[in-house]
Amino acid sequence: MAITVASAQLPVGESLRIQKNRIGPLDRTVPHDKRICIVTGTHGDELEGQYVAWRLAEKLNKNPWDLHGVVDIYPALNPLGINSVYRGMPQSDLDLNRIFPGNGNGPVPEYLASEMVKDMQGATVCIDIHASNIFLRELPQIRISETMADSLVPMARFMNMPLIWIHASATVLESTLAHSLNSVGTPTLVVEMGVGMRITREYGEQLIEGIFSLMSHLGIWGRKTPPTTPPIISSDWQVSFINADHSGIFIAEANHTARVEEGEPLGFIADPLSGKVLEKIASPVSGLLFTLREYPVVYEGSLLARILHGTP
Amino acid sequence: MQRETLFTINTIYREPLHIDGIFFGEGEKALAVVGALRGNEVQQLYICSQLVKALGERERAGRLAPGCRVGVIPCVNPFSMNLGKRFWAADNTDINRMFPGYAQGETTQRIAAGLFAHLRGYKYGVQLTSFHLSGDFTPHVRIIDAGYHDLGLADSFGLPFVMLGKPSPIDTGTLNYNWQVFETNAFSVYSKETSQIHEESARRAVEAIFSFMAAQGMLRGVGDADGARQRPRHFHEENLVTVLSSQGGIFLPRRAAGDRVEAGDALADTLDPYVGEMKERLTAPRAGIVFFNHDSNLVGGHEVAFRIIPDL
Ligand SMILES: [Zn+2]
Repeated sequence: MAITVASAQLPVGESLRIQKNRIGPLDRTVPHDKRICIVTGTHGDELEGQYVAWRLAEKLNKNPWDLHGVVDIYPALNPLGINSVYRGMPQSDLDLNRIFPGNGNGPVPEYLASEMVKDMQGATVCIDIHASNIFLRELPQIRISETMADSLVPMARFMNMPLIWIHASATVLESTLAHSLNSVGTPTLVVEMGVGMRITREYGEQLIEGIFSLMSHLGIWGRKTPPTTPPIISSDWQVSFINADHSGIFIAEANHTARVEEGEPLGFIADPLSGKVLEKIASPVSGLLFTLREYPVVYEGSLLARILHGTP
Repeated sequence: MQRETLFTINTIYREPLHIDGIFFGEGEKALAVVGALRGNEVQQLYICSQLVKALGERERAGRLAPGCRVGVIPCVNPFSMNLGKRFWAADNTDINRMFPGYAQGETTQRIAAGLFAHLRGYKYGVQLTSFHLSGDFTPHVRIIDAGYHDLGLADSFGLPFVMLGKPSPIDTGTLNYNWQVFETNAFSVYSKETSQIHEESARRAVEAIFSFMAAQGMLRGVGDADGARQRPRHFHEENLVTVLSSQGGIFLPRRAAGDRVEAGDALADTLDPYVGEMKERLTAPRAGIVFFNHDSNLVGGHEVAFRIIPDL
């Protein structure tokens, strides 16, 4: 059932609506005090979550009797961004994921953000699905701020994502949806996978299995699910960042998600005007190439790759 | 007067991006003025260019106090300004969310780091800035409460209002926040316009900076401290009264920033965009001075149409 969570009039004959699909248990005799929120479309250029939202609803519609809790699917927190190939909120150019928890008396983006938080708060768990951006391709991963690691990692292990990246907390990240929900006691896991503007079905299916596995663990899904792949946890390793030192066209040579050896070529930066190679990029370490530049135009400083390495 | 390139980034197919500063005097780093950090801040660029011209005249007349260095950086972002984009045109990030910067990081982090290396250590810092809501402001000085601020110092700009604001998490990446962290007295000077030049308010901003310089002993002689006769009103950002629209439509403002209003005065009419009937009349909830007005002729529901500084 589609429910409008928040809305605001647009100037000319239209309202902006934030909608969710609520799927509840058919069997009214089972208690349904448990609720999972699947949230995506915060960044209008990230579409991997569109597949997951559709696929989850499709599967639940087919097997409604196995549902023992409420599933709220929010496929588009930023509908105007999705409609205009735009990452931020098109009218104000604000990044929606930098204005949470919002403000009911603030301008539209902040008002909508506050209504979203109100609607999701109190859920048993929220899964906030992102797709990196158009520049970088990511191995499916759960990102958790180090301050939340103890409480969130146990749940993240069910998600069937190969990597759990526990990152340092940063003040700017206090304005994300995940931080806002976590700080009011609603456990929220952030998924980053794939790349902007594309759908990687295989990653979507992998995450769907993880969502069912977590729902089964929480008692929201009545069936047993197959065991998921145990994730790599980043805190046991180190993350090496590789940035461009030249502006040009990046041509990748290594394969995303492959294991690379120290000194192995990751790619090069080309200058098509002169036919020269401006920079050759070799892996500084041996490890797992979990992030790789997808968008070829790079500038001095552009992130090209991230590698997980070290010994646990 | 010397012009120096503070930072350069090469780009593919374009000339290198130079960030240039114009410097007056020798000695202690006394005052830095930063103009357009965003590509649409044309008014801020214009103000800086007028400031440079007038500072040059005063320098030639021997009116700059000895032993102090004054720097003006009119435009940090010609890369985006030349394309008509507000944020960094390659990845839409905001340089004014990247301070203090990171020299090994992403492009805009490197720009911020390169610039901040020069901007650190000034006794006073002034940023000519704009706001993410599209609208006009009554000229004022904004100071963020980041632990190193002195409201009284702001009086010598001679602008009618000094506003103290609490930094939100995303403000921790702004130039002014980081100036304060490194013990520079930092002020944001808001002028009426952003992407359009308003000559009268630009002239006022230049006078305000001269008035400040004269009060701090950076300028000798008479004529530049006249503005300081007016004692500005101080208020906290939280005390502003926000007037939100509830209806979308054609927006016809009746009052503008700087106007005095009484409780109940009509501020704007919102018309049905198809049939021209009035959908909503916005009125002033309190008597005071209009601080901000929405400046587009279209409005949505739940937008900040006006902000009023209420009478005490
Ligand atoms: Zn995202």
